[in-house]
Amino acid sequence: MSDFTPTEMMTIAAARALTNDDVCFVGIGAPSAACNVARLTHAPDITLIYESGTVGTKPDVLPLSIGDGELCDTALFTVSVPEMFRYWLQGGRITTGFLGGAQIDRFANLNTTVVGPYDHPKVRLPGGGGAPEIASNCGQIFITMALSKRGFVDKLNFITSMGHGEGGNHRERLGMTTKGPTRVITDLCILEPDPVTKELTVVSIHQGVTRAQIIENCGWPIKFANAVIDTPVPTETELTTLRDINARTKKAHQGNKEAA
Amino acid sequence: MARLTSLAEAISENVHDGDTVAMEGFTHLIPYAAGHEVIRQGKKDLFLIRMTPDILYDQLIGVGAARGMKFSWGGNPGVGSLHRFRDAVENQWPRPLEIEEHSHAAMANAYEAGAANLPFAMLRGYIGADLPKVNPNIKQVTCPFTGEVLAAVPAIRPDVTIIHALRADRKGNVLLEGIVGVQKEAVLGAKRSIVTVEEIVDELDPPSPNSVVLPSWAVTAVVEVPGGAFPSYAQGYYARSNAFYIAWDEIARDRDSFQAWIEENVMKAGPEDFARHAKKAA
Repeated sequence: MSDFTPTEMMTIAAARALTNDDVCFVGIGAPSAACNVARLTHAPDITLIYESGTVGTKPDVLPLSIGDGELCDTALFTVSVPEMFRYWLQGGRITTGFLGGAQIDRFANLNTTVVGPYDHPKVRLPGGGGAPEIASNCGQIFITMALSKRGFVDKLNFITSMGHGEGGNHRERLGMTTKGPTRVITDLCILEPDPVTKELTVVSIHQGVTRAQIIENCGWPIKFANAVIDTPVPTETELTTLRDINARTKKAHQGNKEAA
Repeated sequence: MARLTSLAEAISENVHDGDTVAMEGFTHLIPYAAGHEVIRQGKKDLFLIRMTPDILYDQLIGVGAARGMKFSWGGNPGVGSLHRFRDAVENQWPRPLEIEEHSHAAMANAYEAGAANLPFAMLRGYIGADLPKVNPNIKQVTCPFTGEVLAAVPAIRPDVTIIHALRADRKGNVLLEGIVGVQKEAVLGAKRSIVTVEEIVDELDPPSPNSVVLPSWAVTAVVEVPGGAFPSYAQGYYARSNAFYIAWDEIARDRDSFQAWIEENVMKAGPEDFARHAKKAA
């Protein structure tokens, strides 16, 4: 087995969460890499959907935005944005939403809106985009982001999209019938909500990572499941697939730098 | 019937100080050339609407053309922050920016409601999210049949919508293909509309009877501006310049370098300067 980076492990562990039968709403960045690695390895028939309206897309290089031409060129079909959000997402056709985030709390609520008060933010982040309704309308949600104290915080300034809210059966109490976040894949470990409290709990640790490292990089006192397993290391196929698509992507995004 | 005109005339006749203006295009077909003409003509106090304010709205905000903005995701896709937008919200530079923030689903529904001549849109949305606490334009309605409580947002009815399309015929009928976003809804919901196109052709010849066509009688002005969506793209004409989107991060991070860029590439330029980007895709 060749060496691999924590980010490569994260992307590959995230890819493994997806199955061939999934219809997956893909967020940009790390989720997009993971979803396409899944498609190019163990899940060739997975349906990838980007919020720009492209359905069943098979990009050869990773898009920089959610609406690159590559997504439309390789899609089974492309719909308008209102149709995407009304018929396909709200219509309950999406099994899995794959999100990233700037900040997450122990109940997998996400903040991509502001750091500091909303009216006078210290840092103004891009906002929610599709996330609030992806989080409530997809069958389940996977989240991928690197484990750090800045990202995994004790309390969010703003809930952009709801995970398990205050924990327990909060989603049910609000009338939601979808599962919400079922797995959070980081560069050090994999977290899943406790079946009852819904608090994120470490269930799998990547090779070479210690419990102390995980505790050190999390903004709340993180819990470990009774049975924690070792995350299987990336296979040669997984690593080659990821590195190839990253190389193709880097090459494709260079080039025309001419000003408008 | 749409008037085939110049970009300068289309903007001066249809965009007025204080107007509510939607420039749409979901990554694809963003009307950069038209937006730059709005900047050159010094339009001010605009209330901007756009689902994904990207570089074009960063430019309009950075020059101080906007008093407010309604949006659902304000970033440079895959790159990071919009620095001019952040400077306006965090430091009120060059002027304060009133924001009305929604989710994509709500904005898409609100555009559709505007096109359908309805006063508001409803959706199963914002459940457990904090935006309704900070945006008084997110309210609730109860279904009269089931009792389900749904989110409600006002319809989007811009004074003027500006989009870029692939081509138009000489009567001003307009064709869009590829990622069509919310452009049809944004045009139909607006009082006036300006469409820039890659080319004007004798026969529109839509590729399919179901192609997105905006008829001349639903559009106010049509202008031929080849390359007018650069650095976004026009399906079948030219690709998105991801390299420019990446480069913008450095240009916009600093107020001086941003202003120098605007001076050189907007104030001293014209719509004809976009033509060099318009080479047909191989």
